[in-house]
Amino acid sequence: MSISINDVHWSAGGLMIVNGISIDVAPGKTLGLLGPNGSGKSSLLRLICRLRNLKSGVITLGSTDIAAMARLDIARRVALVEQQATTEAQVTVLDVVRLGRTPHRGPLSPWSASDDRAVNDALRHVGMPERADQLWHTLSGGERQRVHIARALAQTPSELLLDEPTNHLDIQHQLDILSLVTKLPVTSIIALHDLNLAAMFCDNLAILHHGKVVAAGTPEDVLTEDLIADVFGVRAYIERSVHHGRQHVQYRLD
Amino acid sequence: MAQPVVIGQRWWAPLALAALAFVVLGFMISLAVSIGEISIPLETTAKAVSNRLFGTTFELSRIHQGIVWDYRLSRALLAASAGAALALSGAILQALLRNPLAEPYVLGISAGASTGAVAVMILGFGYGVLTLSTGAFIGAVVAFVLVSALAAGAGGGADRIILAGVAGSQLFNALTSYIVTTSANAEQARGIMFWLLGSLSGVRWPDVYLAAPVAVIGFAVSIFYARALDAFTFGVDAAAALGIAVNRVRIILLGATALMTAAMVSIVGSIGFVGLVIPHAARFLVGPSKGRLLPASAMIGAIFMVAADIVSRIIVPQQILPIGVVTALFGAPAFALILYKARRPV
Repeated sequence: MSISINDVHWSAGGLMIVNGISIDVAPGKTLGLLGPNGSGKSSLLRLICRLRNLKSGVITLGSTDIAAMARLDIARRVALVEQQATTEAQVTVLDVVRLGRTPHRGPLSPWSASDDRAVNDALRHVGMPERADQLWHTLSGGERQRVHIARALAQTPSELLLDEPTNHLDIQHQLDILSLVTKLPVTSIIALHDLNLAAMFCDNLAILHHGKVVAAGTPEDVLTEDLIADVFGVRAYIERSVHHGRQHVQYRLD
Repeated sequence: MAQPVVIGQRWWAPLALAALAFVVLGFMISLAVSIGEISIPLETTAKAVSNRLFGTTFELSRIHQGIVWDYRLSRALLAASAGAALALSGAILQALLRNPLAEPYVLGISAGASTGAVAVMILGFGYGVLTLSTGAFIGAVVAFVLVSALAAGAGGGADRIILAGVAGSQLFNALTSYIVTTSANAEQARGIMFWLLGSLSGVRWPDVYLAAPVAVIGFAVSIFYARALDAFTFGVDAAAALGIAVNRVRIILLGATALMTAAMVSIVGSIGFVGLVIPHAARFLVGPSKGRLLPASAMIGAIFMVAADIVSRIIVPQQILPIGVVTALFGAPAFALILYKARRPV
């Protein structure tokens, strides 16, 4: 389903964090959300799954306004992978992935075959089926991130929101996770810091700055030397990679 | 940390475990009824209970019949209800606040309930309209709201809520002492101090009629929200993203916790460490999944409290120790162990 964000405002502590953002993501496409720290990326993701209430504006999934949806109905469609969410509880990988079935189960209904299927598929997608019984606190940062993504997949979402899913991962796992997510048949929005990974994997990019969209479109249209200087305050050379044909950013130190 | 010994990978294992727990609890209650200044054989106990419940007419001395039914059985059932309710409260709070040290006693809820009960008992707050239990409930809710507000004001987080709880406990304990020393006569003061340490003396059937339903309702509510509690594993936002109505769940479960704590505190005084230690023991046996952890906590709490009551009556000859002393004697070392294990790796 498409995600449509229309003139959305949200403030916290008297500060306008999201200041009139409008973005559309077509069904099945991947949008990369870029911008410096504090530009409103995480807040926007939280607004899309209604963890926070909009101050003004409208967000629709398909043709449905999320403000009119029940929390449970949102959770059945939209899965969020937060940044660095962790726990002290002695849970296993399987326990965590099973949490993804929460919105699909009643408070007392038994575990069903379709729940089992969703959990097993999710574990297979992130390559961790044989790690199901491992304890959470023995996992590395990258493994935890993959388990969170498996939990999100077990929600069987049609929209997937990821907040910097590649943070603290080694390069192999960064590439693994992004290719996994972008190949899924879901509409996804990924907040990212790495401009090159964003250019490689995302269909479209939106650059946030001070809570506003300053550029949106294909990576070729959006990633320009001027924009990077304006938004991130660094100077860069941009060229088309001869290897993968996408934009490639190299930074200048002078 | 040690890997939990998770029992119950087979479907029948939880049922077998539940059956075993009921058998142990039944046995423990029979023991509690039989042991005491006047020792009563288990057979006599069974006959006395059967006479009252099923209308049988076994020949028994009226003294035995009276001791079993009017004194010891009500006391044992109350101990079981209180143990179950306090352990459940601890398990709920630990899950909801994501803090292994959370429990009614540590968070000052028990202290608030004591203050509420003492205010009604000594100062006569409510002009006879408020019962002791209602006073305790109001005290528990006030204490919890105050501690939560203090914790939130201090920036939230796992450490803050415990610090706020410590401050809250101190404040309410001081209020209780203030009321007792300024307004109670010597005899009242002695009685209250004994009651505050946690005491099952003087428990009768009407107390059981309050405590047992509260424990059962608290259990039913918490089981209904067991999956919602699991969803809090990664925090409030993670729970909301899984479709949990977090505010409603929090209010209902915190209300249930306050109700259970208040009911038990108003009858048996504030008993520490049961709410803290028992959920950890239960987690060690059945793992962190609330569908198993909550029933296990309730059952182990009930068994532990009945056992603690037996110990409190036989450890010093001719004297009954407050049950809170016994639970603390076992609980404090266990608390130390949890603190030690919960420390972050250096």
